Amino acid sequence: MIEFKGVYFSYVPGEYVIKNINLFINRGEILAILGGNGAGKTTLVKHINGLLKPQLGYVKVLGMNTKEVSVAKLAKQVGLVFQNPDHQLFAETVEKEVMFALINFGFPPEEIKSRTEKILRGLDLIEYKDRSPFTLSGGEKKRLALAAVLCYDPSIIILDEPTTGQDYNQKRNLAKLLKRFNEEGKTIIIVTHDIEFVADFIPRCIIMSNGEIVADGPSDDILTRGELLMANKLLMPQLVEICYELSINPPSIKFDVVLSKVRAIMKGEI
Amino acid sequence: MAIVEIRNLTYRYPGSTKPSLYNINLSVDEGEFFLITGPSGCGKTTLCKCLNGLIPNSYGGDFDGEVIVDGLSTKNHPVYIIAQRVGLVFQDPENELFCTSVEKEIAFGLENLGLPREEIRKRIEETIAMMGISHLRDRAPYELSGGEQQKVAIAALLAMKPKILVLDEPTANLDPFSSKSVLDLLSRLKGEFGMTIILVEHRLEIVAKMADRCAILNNGSIALIGKPEEVLYSDEAEAIGIGIPKVVRLTKALGIKNRPLSSKSLANFIMVRK
Repeated sequence: MIEFKGVYFSYVPGEYVIKNINLFINRGEILAILGGNGAGKTTLVKHINGLLKPQLGYVKVLGMNTKEVSVAKLAKQVGLVFQNPDHQLFAETVEKEVMFALINFGFPPEEIKSRTEKILRGLDLIEYKDRSPFTLSGGEKKRLALAAVLCYDPSIIILDEPTTGQDYNQKRNLAKLLKRFNEEGKTIIIVTHDIEFVADFIPRCIIMSNGEIVADGPSDDILTRGELLMANKLLMPQLVEICYELSINPPSIKFDVVLSKVRAIMKGEI
Repeated sequence: MAIVEIRNLTYRYPGSTKPSLYNINLSVDEGEFFLITGPSGCGKTTLCKCLNGLIPNSYGGDFDGEVIVDGLSTKNHPVYIIAQRVGLVFQDPENELFCTSVEKEIAFGLENLGLPREEIRKRIEETIAMMGISHLRDRAPYELSGGEQQKVAIAALLAMKPKILVLDEPTANLDPFSSKSVLDLLSRLKGEFGMTIILVEHRLEIVAKMADRCAILNNGSIALIGKPEEVLYSDEAEAIGIGIPKVVRLTKALGIKNRPLSSKSLANFIMVRK
């Protein structure tokens, strides 16, 4: 579905920002890419929609080598939601912002109308439909940028830092929405610093450091490895931190598991 | 002694039909670390802009009530006067930094205050030492990491010697390590220099334990205010839907009477009881 094979990329000759990336993502997977500022996360995902092309190795998306197809062709299949919504939003109203891509992709007017309304409702933005995007709060803008991509139904959705400025309810709603899209068969890739969000909602995660993938696996394994996280500028999820403090082995990211272990400690069973 | 006093503040942006802040009453003591949290769109950023006088002076709109900062009412004083007392740090440091070196960035605000050359030099040195950023002095802000940029933005404000630092989600775009180092710095500014810190943050699992008091804003009003443990352990906080830290959820589920805010203090309590 998405395949990276030996991918290298540099903005400045000789200084590789991503190095020897080998990665396989199946259709319908949902995964998070974690790593410190400057680890190469954003550079990596820009290879999936063809905005960047590998200098060594190759990237295949839905069977297409990204070097051989246009960004326009990939864009319809790969929706990328940028980190900073100000870089993406430009329309006069919230509604027009969502309609823009739909018009460009040539959807019929009735369809444009129904899709726009559905997505604005789904993301809790319908009451703002006539407002200028620039009058929205930071968190609301992020949701609008997401709506403007989700509306045209790409089969792969990439979100760069979707949870910044979002409160807990919105994060939970976002997770639910992503789960729904995922169940419809979409592949979802999230670039994030938000360890708690990943621990709560995302089953697979990749850790990047200095342009390389240093770990790739199920979140309930990767996120319980304190040393690995700390070595890569990440912090432990709070539940894992509690496990470490209480020497609970193996640590867990699951609330119920930690709760029962702590209860056992309190009863003197451990 | 209160250094920030907000009385019956109601504010509506120009062109907006309903107020963004409604009847806010709040006082923050000198040297206090005050945390503000709440759902997105609840008025947190608007409140920050009221604290340094950007609202109403630069924004217009309907402003009722009063914000008094270090004895000055923001309605009756221009932003540049208030700004010398209140430093405001935004979410995205990229939008604030524009000079070609860190040193020039710090000098910029001081030059605008019209300070003499020697005083500017002295304050640059003091600020760089205080922030531990001497290695960045000659670097261009745009080539720094997000965490470093945010430290430079804070340094540029601190050089103006404000009594109050207001930070609007300063770590939103930073990785966890950089976030922690910026937040630890805030604790140090309070502890060592007695600064008043007003911090807007969602990531309560990191910041709750650092704050003296905290308020939850909801729909433009203060829904809850008190010590972080009182606020976060209340049932209302859960109903409003802020991100209750796991340590709080776990403690509640365990039926423990103590109200720890960090993994360490929960673990200590359990081990002692055992």
